Order: sequence, then structure tokens, then C-alpha cells
Amino acid sequence: MRLLVYLEHHEGELEKGSLGVLSKATALGAAVGVVLGPGAIELAVRAGSYGATKAYACEDELLAAPLPQPRVDALATLVEQTGADAVLFAASILASDVAAGLAARLDAGLNWDLTDLVLVDGELVGKRPALGDTVLVDVGWKGSPGIGLVRSGAFDPVESGGSAEFESFDFTTEDFSALATLVEQTQEESSGPSIEEADVIVAGGRGLGSPEAFSLLEELAAALGGAVAATRAVVDAGWYPYSTQVGQTGKNVAPKLYIACGISGAIQHKVGMQGSGTIVAINKDPNAPIFDFCDIGVVGDLHQIVPKLTELVRSNRA
Amino acid sequence: MARPIDFAPEFGAADAVGTPTDPRDERIEVGIAIVGAGPGGLACAIRLGQLLEEHPEVRERLGDVPVAVLEKGKQPGSHLLSGAVVNPRPLRQLFRGRLTMADIPTYGEVPGESVYLMSRRSAVRIPPPPTMRNHGNVILSLSDLGRFLAEQAEALGVAVLPETAATKLLVEHGRVVGIRTGDRGRGREGEPLSTFEPGSDVVAGLTVLAEGTQGFLTGAAIEQFGLEGENPQIWALGVKEVWRVPKPLRRIVHTMGWPLRKSAGYGEFGGSFIYPMGDELVTVGFVAGLEAKDVEFSVHDVLQEFKTHRLVWKILRGGERVAWGAKTITEGGFHSLPRRFNAPGLLLVGEGAGIVNVPRLKGVHYAIESGRLAAEAAFRTLKRGEVSSRVGALDSYDESLRSSRMWKELYEVRNMRQAFDKGFFVGGAKASMMTVTKGRMPNGRFPTHPNSAAPLMRTGRASSYPKPDGKYVFDKLSSVFASGNRTRDDQPNHLKVTTRVRRPVAEAWEWMCPAHVYEVGRDLGGGMVSVEITPSNCVQCGAITAKGGQLTPPEGGSGPEYTLT
Amino acid sequence: MAPRLAGPPLESSAMKIAVCVKQVPDATVHKRIDPETMRLDRSGEAALNPTDLNAVEEALRIKEAQGGEVVLVSFGPGKAADSLRKALAMGADRAVLVSDEAASGSDLLGTSRALAAALERESPDLVLFGQASSDGDGAVLWAAVADRLRRPLISQVASLTVDSSSVTGKRQTEHGYDVISAPLPAVVAVSDAINEPRYPSLKGIMGAKTKPQETLSLADLGLATDSVGNAGSKTSVLQLGPPPSRGDTIKFEDDGSAAQKILDHILERRLL
Repeated sequence: MRLLVYLEHHEGELEKGSLGVLSKATALGAAVGVVLGPGAIELAVRAGSYGATKAYACEDELLAAPLPQPRVDALATLVEQTGADAVLFAASILASDVAAGLAARLDAGLNWDLTDLVLVDGELVGKRPALGDTVLVDVGWKGSPGIGLVRSGAFDPVESGGSAEFESFDFTTEDFSALATLVEQTQEESSGPSIEEADVIVAGGRGLGSPEAFSLLEELAAALGGAVAATRAVVDAGWYPYSTQVGQTGKNVAPKLYIACGISGAIQHKVGMQGSGTIVAINKDPNAPIFDFCDIGVVGDLHQIVPKLTELVRSNRA
Repeated sequence: MARPIDFAPEFGAADAVGTPTDPRDERIEVGIAIVGAGPGGLACAIRLGQLLEEHPEVRERLGDVPVAVLEKGKQPGSHLLSGAVVNPRPLRQLFRGRLTMADIPTYGEVPGESVYLMSRRSAVRIPPPPTMRNHGNVILSLSDLGRFLAEQAEALGVAVLPETAATKLLVEHGRVVGIRTGDRGRGREGEPLSTFEPGSDVVAGLTVLAEGTQGFLTGAAIEQFGLEGENPQIWALGVKEVWRVPKPLRRIVHTMGWPLRKSAGYGEFGGSFIYPMGDELVTVGFVAGLEAKDVEFSVHDVLQEFKTHRLVWKILRGGERVAWGAKTITEGGFHSLPRRFNAPGLLLVGEGAGIVNVPRLKGVHYAIESGRLAAEAAFRTLKRGEVSSRVGALDSYDESLRSSRMWKELYEVRNMRQAFDKGFFVGGAKASMMTVTKGRMPNGRFPTHPNSAAPLMRTGRASSYPKPDGKYVFDKLSSVFASGNRTRDDQPNHLKVTTRVRRPVAEAWEWMCPAHVYEVGRDLGGGMVSVEITPSNCVQCGAITAKGGQLTPPEGGSGPEYTLT
Repeated sequence: MAPRLAGPPLESSAMKIAVCVKQVPDATVHKRIDPETMRLDRSGEAALNPTDLNAVEEALRIKEAQGGEVVLVSFGPGKAADSLRKALAMGADRAVLVSDEAASGSDLLGTSRALAAALERESPDLVLFGQASSDGDGAVLWAAVADRLRRPLISQVASLTVDSSSVTGKRQTEHGYDVISAPLPAVVAVSDAINEPRYPSLKGIMGAKTKPQETLSLADLGLATDSVGNAGSKTSVLQLGPPPSRGDTIKFEDDGSAAQKILDHILERRLL
């Protein structure tokens, strides 16, 4: 099985999500990496240490801006020239557009939001959650190649210390691919990630007792490099902004770690965060429904536990 | 002891009545405006559609939009909830010559029925009382029927306007000239948001109010035109669930008794229903009068308690809850009916006007019947070239109601509900007497008392409620979720309620409300507490209106999105 | 291949804007997968995908600013026509629904093929999509459609400006924001941050019924029935199962060491 893995990069580093997909592909067959854009050659060389047997790179001008359509051209050319049974992407705003454009270009099936990939009788099978993460669906592809978009963070990168044969390539471009142009690009020095992007979320509910208690959560979130979220009840009460509301009438989030403080776990909130990787709940009430679906449940006073945890996280990081 | 009625909010009919305020050329003109896409409103619309189709010359006089039905729910059916076992006669009549019962979405005729008298550990089968025999009736989902009737109405050229709440009755010179629709896009304090869309004056030659239980404009109209009946209106609250079950149920079940307490002092009157909906679904519901006196009385929790009985467990076991909903049912019966069902430019139809057969727990077929009669009366007036705003022009509606079989049935059972004021057994005996004598004995008019006037007491009612487990026994919040309610959080509060009350009143509201809208707040001293309100939970059942507050129509399109109820 | 969306040169700034909208099951509570077809059970009342309303709103704003026409384009079963009405009530001018029995079970390829064919027929200046789909079925439709139409694409747009010949979008990315420009005709996918969709006025609701709604079959678009639907699908759903269980909940009371225990668990799962 020959799997082509799109390796996205930013500021001279290959993205962790892409490396995770590459590591997974290595376990499934012959994994080949492809890096596009400025600095691609240097980055492609590194793909070997994550299991790629070969790495392709192209630094064409047309790939300078983070735009999808020239990348579709590049990958389409590569697939036509070298063949692949599957083309895999770690989902990102850019990668998703590239994957779908490539699917249309190659008339190839696309399965997205994959959380796992396995081989069944030599065929690639993907697994993806559906219906708000309440069922897991096995999906397959007909024809070749099959294109897969893997959910961000589904696989962890594994360094195997190998090296990859490197090859540079050129591609033919379509007349419309370069029509969209990047006018301006701004890197934001943000005060932390938004709740939609954060890997870690510290959320607060009525159990906080007062809006001031949110400062405890902010400290913990800062120590963990995460974002602060809130339940509908406290947003209604004006304790925290609506943009941080998680739940049925707020946002849906699925971070790797969700720490719920003083949150009872009513279903209106649950549906907004039940896809989170690990859920830690801290609540005074031992009967709170959240204890039925969290991974780690602590019955206790968050006003004591949260500051202590913040301190421990900080000293651990130091 | 505290009584909710002592804390009635500052809100009266005057807030729901006014004159048109839009500039003339911005008013929306329709021929006949019907408020409510329920069985009553849609039957009226369908019958009008049929008659106007047969008489194009009359239709022409009604302008570009001859008939419009305004519905506050997301779509017809979103706010409809009932058992339901329905007498098909009025449906057949409505569609005579056009459709048969086979064309109408139902779950078929009642396959068989049982009535049980329950106690905690037993269920004694008793012969169905004559008022509860359902042979020949059909089982259906009212929400489903609403969607179907709306399609039929649209096919006849009726404009069905969902997400449109009617918030004011427009009255000029003693005549109803239409209704005003509610604003949309206001924030919590009523401030206009970026999406603010003001309501409109909808002016019509004739307005038909078919709002169902707790009809907002109906109540205002009755007060405005002095149409009050002899007895004050009273209500029961029904809470129901729909379950997908592994084993089909092959009969309808009604129960009386447990978990309700029989002694008169508790004021607990009601019972349950369990109906099959095809082979895969079953609906189970509990109905109880809102004069129940215990502060902790909660129909939702009584339903959960009821489900723990072996009889019910055997039916639902292995299944999965797929829907939940709640709605009040008008219970005053004959003596609470308004003394007239029409006023200049106005007709009152269905449950909003109190037309419900309480002992049979049936009102859907009456709604359809009265809707049809209203359409025919309106048409007669139009055909004669009369102006329906002339006093007396619509009297033929009242006449047709009073000479209908429906009226006779209502009269026969007129005191049956009130008989239960003295408790289950005394009531039962009286009810039997009434049934046998077709209402002639005991004679006289039994009074009703407003639900909110019942003094509250504490008897530890909540101790018997089972704990929610999220699989068989459910809490209120997850039930609100199961109703499809996704009301915007920052909508203005549509519930007019005094928020400084005696503690028992606040507690009673907290328990009573099936959607957990009210919570006891801070202690304010002197036995008074504040009341915390979460209006976005509200499923618009109307219980608060019966118990000392006032439900007003919230922003159109909000509230539950029932599909199976 | 010749560009397919080249229309006559624009003289005024009046634009024809096509908005691709999708009907999704409304019963959020009770979505289920039909065990027979292995697909999302789409019976039960349906509504427009929520972010599509943002796209409709944006189209209406552009039309209000510079004149033009807003056409809704949808691919779905016949009753999708009901949910198109809401968008028509908001102010869209007409709707085109591609509906065909053979179309059920279409995947991204089939859907994008049908939509692209309908869009070519309309030849709009701008094609708008809503970014996310609440039923998870149309995740990146716009990119596939843009490729088939051979036109530039801007996605995840949180703020859009349009003039007679080009469109410029500001999009939020994982690292900050980009401003991207493209000549018309172009395909743009808007995020839900771009605007607040308006409520339809009562006049709008009443007028929606009379607005033109056209239904096209695959044959009308010159598409073979096996180019869409199950037959044309390159992906398959093999089976459903319960999600990997979370495992048992580790629950304990705080005896003073809770914070340390939480940290230990976090480290063990390599979440730091």
C-alpha cells in the first residue's frame, strides 16, 4: 500500500498533525511525504525521521502563498506521475480545501474527519465519528487513489529515526489556479488560542459562585496554554462573554483536554464538548451528571483545587 | 398559606389589545386571518379554502391573500402536542368527497383498550367507563397531523406563515380588524439587535382565533368583549414522552389512581395514557389538574414515577426515549365556555375557547369541528355580502355550535370534572351518576376555582419521585433538550411573573414547570424570595398562566420543535 | 479546457450571486443513521443548514449594495423545496433545486458534480457557500465545486468586499488572518462569523411562495445517472458501531491531593 502524505508546515517546522498522519501511514504501508512551498526541500528531508521512505518537495513561486488551488495542481501532477493508493491529509483550513479540490480533480473518493485508519484484507478502512460523536462509522473507498482527511490531532508523531530518499518535482498548473492572490498576511500574537482552536480548555459553570472566580480559570488556562470557556448559565448571568459559551446554543469544541469546573453537565452543555479527548470534572456535588461522562471526576472545591493545579503545572513546566 | 393568585403579575388584557399603528400602506392585508396552525385553525382554513375554490366570485372579494394562517412555531406541528386518540368523524366530514381516512397520517384505529386503577404495587383492570370508550377512534400524532393539514391548506391556496407570533389583537371602534405580529431580533432587555425586524399589522375583515390552550389573544378578546363564561377556566398539565420500543403494544391504556393521591385535600386529579404509535413507537403521558396543592407537585416527576410501575416497565423496557413534551389542557368544560363565541370581526375556535370534553380527554376532534363550523359561518356572511364586523353578523356560528352534537356532549359532562373536587371516590361516584343520567344528575352548576387560588401546602410529595438516570428516568433539562428546544438565549423574557414572592409560591413554580424555567432565588427576608427565570427553557406549555403568571407569545420560531408528539 | 463561467463583461456592478444551500435534518435531538441505507436518516422535518443562512445574508447584502439577483441552488430530495422557502423569504429572488431519484446517497463527488452543472447553467458572478454543515455531510464541498468550475476559491471568509470585477475576503487562519483577492467569477465560502442572518419580514414570508422555484433532473443538466448517487459514489459506509468507550470514570474525593492526582493523569496521557 503506497500512501502519499501531505506535510503542512509553518515557520520552518513541519506541523505536528501532519507528522502524526505520516507516522500512522508508516504503520500501514509505504509512506511517502510531500512538502510544498518555500523551504520545502529542507523540510522534506526531515520526513524520513518520521517514517517516510521517500519525500517529494517543490518550492515553486506559485506555492509561496498558503492557497489551496496551486497545491491541488502540484499534488495532482505528483499522483499522476508516481501513483498512490491513498493521499492523506491532517485537517487544517488549508489542507481541507486542498483535499476536496484534489478529490474533484482526480475523481477520487474523499472521507474526512477520520480518527483512525486500518487495513482490512489489504484494503484501507477509515473510522470516523458521526452524529455528534455518538457513533463510530467504518468508511471505505472505491477506486484509487482514496483521499483521507484526518481529524486534527488524531495521531501522535512517532520518531523512528530513519531517512527518506528525497526528490524535487515540478508540476503543471491550470489556468485558474493562480487567480486567487494573497494580499496581506498577519500573524496574530494572540493572547492565547480561541476556544475553537485550543488543545486545552478550562471551562467554568455556576459552581464558580461568582464572576471573579474566572480569574482562577484564566490562570490555569494560561499555564496550560489553553483557552477559557463558559456554560450558558454563567454567560446568561453576564459573568463571561458569549463568544466563550460551549453547548447547544453556543459552540462545539473537542480539545484534547477539557477541564470542567463547577459545571453540572446538563445535556445542553454536554453536546458542545462530549467529543473532547479527556474530560476532567471538578464539582462539589457528587451527583452532578458530569461525573457520568467524564474521564477523571473530582468531588471537591474548585477554589482550592484549581489554584493548586495551576501551581503544579507551572512548576512542572519549569 | 400562600397562594399563587396573590402574586399575579402586572399584566392585563389591555396589554394585548390595541389599534393598528403601521402606516396604512405598510399594513399587510388579508381576507381572513387565522391565528394558530393547530387542528382548529387549519380545519377552518381548509374548509374556507374548499368553499372559496367552489365560489371564485367570493374569493375575489378577499384580495390577494384570501386566507392566512399565522403560526408562532418554527413550522406547523412544532408546538402541537396531544395523546392522541381522536374521533375521526370531523376529519371525514372536513375532507368529504376529497380524501378518505386512508390519506390522512394516523396509526390506525384503536386496536383494543384497557383501563386500570393503579396502586403502587398493582394495577387492577376495570371496565372502561362509558366516557372512555374509544372503539372506532384513531391513534395519531397531533404534530404530524398539523403538518399534514398545513399542506392541505396550502394546496387550497391558503398562506401558512410560520415563525409568526400574534401578539396583539387590533380593535377599532369596537370591532376586531386584525392582529399585530411580534417583533423579532430583540435582546434580553428588549433592545433591538442588529437583526431587529419589527412586527406588522395584519389587517383582515375577519379574525379567527384558534390558539389552543392558554390562548393569549383569546383571553384578551374574552375580557375585551365581555364574553366570560359562568365558571372561571381551569387547566391540567400533561407531560408525555415518545419511546421506541422493541415489543409492539397492541392496545391503548388509560390509568387512574397512583401515583396521584385520592384524598380531596391534595387536589390531585388526573391519570395517564399509554398509546401505541405503529409497531415501533409508544407514547406515555400523564395529565394532572393544576389545582394540585402540594408545593412539590410536578407532573413531569409524577410521569417519571409512573414509569417505574411494573405495568409501564413491561411496555417500555429495552426501549429508548425519542421525544418529550408538555402542554396544558383546558379543563373547565361547559360552564367555563365563553358566553358567546363571536364578536364583531372575530370568531373563537377550539380549545382556546374552552371546547374540550374533559372526561374523555378529547378536544382535537372538537377543534376540527368548530373550525369547520366557523369557516362555514364566515362564508355565509361573505356570500351574503355582509360585513363581518357588523354586530351579530357572525351569530350563525354560535347557533351552529349550540345545535351541534359536540355541544350536547359537552353539556352532558358539564360537571364531571368538578365532581372530583371532593376526591377520587366521591368524584367517581358522582361521575358515574352523571354518566348514567347523561348529565341530568346531580343537577346544578358545580363551580370551578381558578387553579392559582388553591392554597399551597407541604406534604413531602417529592420524596416519592425517582432519581433521574438518563436512560429510563429523566431530569427536566434533558427533557427540554428532547423537545427540540433551541431558543435563543438572549431573547426578551416572555413570561410575566412577579419575581418577589412568598417562598412556597416560588417553590411551587419551580416544581410545577416541566421545563425548569423557574428557580427559587435569593432570600429577601420576611418569608419572601426572588424568582430566577430561564426563559429559553420554556416549552410554552402554559402552566404558569394557570398558576399565577402569564405566558405571552415569545419571538416567532422559538420554543419546542415537536415532531412526534 | 475553456473557462466555463465567463459571461458577458459586466457593465454595471449589478451581480448575479448564486448561493448553494443544503437541507439538513432539523431534529437535532433525534438524528439517527438508517440501519438499512447506512446513511443519515433524513426523514423528519428539515431546515436549512445554519451557516447557509450566513451565506444567503451576505448575498442579500451585496445585492442591496449594488443591485443584482440572488439565486439559491440546492441539491437534494424534492422536499428540499420547503426549506428553500425560508431563504426566499429572507429576500433571495429564485431557487433552483436539482432533484432526482438517482441522486440519493451522493457523496462529495456526485454532489459537487451536480451543483457545478447547475451553477454553470446559471453562470453567476459569485458563488457563495456556508462553511460548516451541521450534519457533517458537506464538509468541503466548495473546494470541489471550485475545481470543477475552474474558478478561484476563497474559504473561511469572515469579512467580504465585492466590486464589479473582483472579490476580497479576510479569513481567520490558525496563525492569524489572511486577506485574499480573486477576480470574478469566484467561489467563496463564508464562516458564521461574517454576519447575523436577518429574520424574514412577514411580507417576505408571504411573498416566498410566489417566487420562481425550478426543479431540474439530472437529465436536464446532461448528467448521467451513474455520475451521482450511490452509483457514482467513490466512498462507502461499511458499518456502524458504538464509539470507543471513554473507559471507566476515575472518580475520587479531594483529600488535599486532588490537584496532584489530576496533574499525574494529565501527564500520563501526555496532554501537556
